[in-house]
Amino acid sequence: MNTFTSPFWDVWVIVIVVASIIGCAWLLWSTGRIKVKNKGPAADGAVSVTGHVWDDDLEEYNNPLPKWWSNLFWITIVFGIVYLALYPGLGSFPGFLGWSSTGAYQQERANFDARLAPLYARYAAMDIEVIARDPAARQTGERLFLTYCSQCHGSDAGGARGFPNLRDGDWLYGGTPETIVQSITKGRMGVMPAFGVALGQEGVRDVAAYVRSLSGLAHGNLRSQLGKPLYVQNCAACHGADGKGNHAMGAPNLTDQVWLYGSSESAIAEGIIKGRNVDAIAGTNAMPAFGEQLTPAQIRVTAAYLWGLSNLAVAAQ
Amino acid sequence: MSSSRPRTIPIVPVEEADEVGLYEIRRKIYPRAVSGIFARWRVFFVVATQLVFYGAPWLMWNSRQAVLFDLGERKFYILGLVFWPQDVVYLSVLLILSALSLFLFTAIAGRVWCGFACPQTVYTEIFLWIERKIEGDRLARIRLDAESVNAKKLAKKGLKHAAWIGLSLWTGITFVGYFTPIRELLLAIPGRLGAWEIFWALFYGFATYGNAGWMREQVCKYMCPYARFQSVMFDKDTLIIAYDEARGEPRGARSRKADPRAAGLGDCINCSICVQVCPTGIDIRQGLQYECIGCAACVDGCDQVMDKMGYPRGLIRYASQNSLAHAWSRSTMWRRVLRPRTLLYAALLMAIALAAGISLALKNPLKVDVIRDRGVLAREARPGVVENVYRAQIMNTSETPQSFRLRVEGLPGIVVAGIEQPIDVGPAATRLVPFRIEAPMEAGAPGSHRIELIVESSGATPLQRRERSTFILPRP
Repeated sequence: MNTFTSPFWDVWVIVIVVASIIGCAWLLWSTGRIKVKNKGPAADGAVSVTGHVWDDDLEEYNNPLPKWWSNLFWITIVFGIVYLALYPGLGSFPGFLGWSSTGAYQQERANFDARLAPLYARYAAMDIEVIARDPAARQTGERLFLTYCSQCHGSDAGGARGFPNLRDGDWLYGGTPETIVQSITKGRMGVMPAFGVALGQEGVRDVAAYVRSLSGLAHGNLRSQLGKPLYVQNCAACHGADGKGNHAMGAPNLTDQVWLYGSSESAIAEGIIKGRNVDAIAGTNAMPAFGEQLTPAQIRVTAAYLWGLSNLAVAAQ
Repeated sequence: MSSSRPRTIPIVPVEEADEVGLYEIRRKIYPRAVSGIFARWRVFFVVATQLVFYGAPWLMWNSRQAVLFDLGERKFYILGLVFWPQDVVYLSVLLILSALSLFLFTAIAGRVWCGFACPQTVYTEIFLWIERKIEGDRLARIRLDAESVNAKKLAKKGLKHAAWIGLSLWTGITFVGYFTPIRELLLAIPGRLGAWEIFWALFYGFATYGNAGWMREQVCKYMCPYARFQSVMFDKDTLIIAYDEARGEPRGARSRKADPRAAGLGDCINCSICVQVCPTGIDIRQGLQYECIGCAACVDGCDQVMDKMGYPRGLIRYASQNSLAHAWSRSTMWRRVLRPRTLLYAALLMAIALAAGISLALKNPLKVDVIRDRGVLAREARPGVVENVYRAQIMNTSETPQSFRLRVEGLPGIVVAGIEQPIDVGPAATRLVPFRIEAPMEAGAPGSHRIELIVESSGATPLQRRERSTFILPRP
């Protein structure tokens, strides 16, 4: 792909390449014959010398190279010309075979997908809950998970700060197989707005205390009572009046023991003040979309594996 | 050799030429057949090396091919040993041993590799033998080439090239048989052969046909680097193929009954048999030359002539430059084989071979790699318990299935969790196991701690590997 605005570099490259090839050919041709004088050393007058003399008596023999050596060189020059006609090399001329590295990649990708397709074919007719019970599918799903998902969610799918635990049966967007497929294909973006300015410092601590009380964690009683009306005003719209969360928006359930960013008061307060989906420290809440990377069949098998992690009693987990 | 007087071929110097090409048309060499001790040794090496090359792919071991370089599975099988990519150090050792042994026997006896065992020489000799059987001896071959094209010539040449191509194809297929099991390979011909197998069989076959049928001494003279750096490995005590100038000169024809010394002649009768048998077309009487591949054909040829003339053998023989210059006896010359250079090479060779052998014998078939999950620094598994996540790659390089247990040491109360034990790994297989390690929050100070993972099997021959890793305890 040529993104230069002027044809100068094209011409420059073409000139250099063509000049080099012609130069090689000329070099081979012009140095193929030399003038020699026959002043060979005493013993064997059959060896001729080139006539150069160094240090009074150091002479240079002419022991001829075999003809096939220079013939091979000519063949490489011809090969070079043919190659440049067929493949890119002369500036941005694409070559008569139309090869490009992007095209080669796409061809490889297509070949790979074609080889993979039969492996996944038998899952096409199965429901995800059924796939989750198939041992071969589970192993495939585990390998796909380890390759694509484990960097954020951990090799054991147990999550990390800011990355949900996929083994605990607790789902931000709902844990049905279709929702899981949607999460993987389209990605997710959890948006919690910042409430630091609206609530003020004391208001934030009050709300934090109330939130802790919702899940039975230790909290200041007074603060919690002060926080309740603030919660109803600001937080209930997304998190629900009872704090049970909202799958449609991905708002977490605040009454359980699953805390994505930690359960300490300072962690909760940070979320309220800054919101989440702000920066890397407060958490970006961004799950990338894998719809371009994985085929729909692969996503189904991965989703089945993940569904199984939370819903099937697998001894290892 | 005919009984008439040998003709002296005059060497005519090229006169003051104006322009001469820097490249010459190659003149074909027709080596004359020779028999003798060294010729028999060369036949022995041809047979021995080719028996191994063509025969090895057919050997079986434990229901698999005994010698197989499985590139797809990244495992090299040599009899009972399985080499994984992690064992590449043994390849380096093999190369070092090959180089040292090359230095050793080259320092002792010159280019014995070139003349007796090198595949280029071996295949050229096989192809020459075929050529001799079909086209005849040296004179017959020269005459045949000089003829214009006729039915007989076409038939002979056609048969020769057919035989050559057939052998080359079989060589190419055998070569690929080291990488794809040869029995499967043959069963897959012609329909189901893979594209790369076809390519390599044809390429290697073409290389054999080209090098042994056409190029021959051109490889030794112009392509092979060994010819050029042999002088580095020689010293004045190296046994080279030498013409005893003191004994042979001045050369000249004489009757068998005449006394050469009385006629003022040396032992060389100038029959030029040493030139006719030479596969690289040199005259060894001019002294050591880089083209000489050390095949000792001239030694055998000259010995035969000496026998016929009633002179002692050895006018051309294995001799060191020192022994010729100082007229040493054979025993003195042979005693010089044991000198610092050769003794040092031999000592190094034995030491490295011994070390490699011991290392191979004591090789632990269990290999373990442990990688800590970096994204998950540390997690609270339950109140008061911290966990880190890991991946263990357990490689069972033995050819029997194994069962392993994984445990951890390094902090009080630290345990492995989240995997089913024992971990079964099949023969010559590897398994990736994600797992967790849990430790109580108070097990140590916040920060990273060194821990050790132990993987062990409890089979007939217990195996064990210890791998270091780290465990992170967060600030509470």
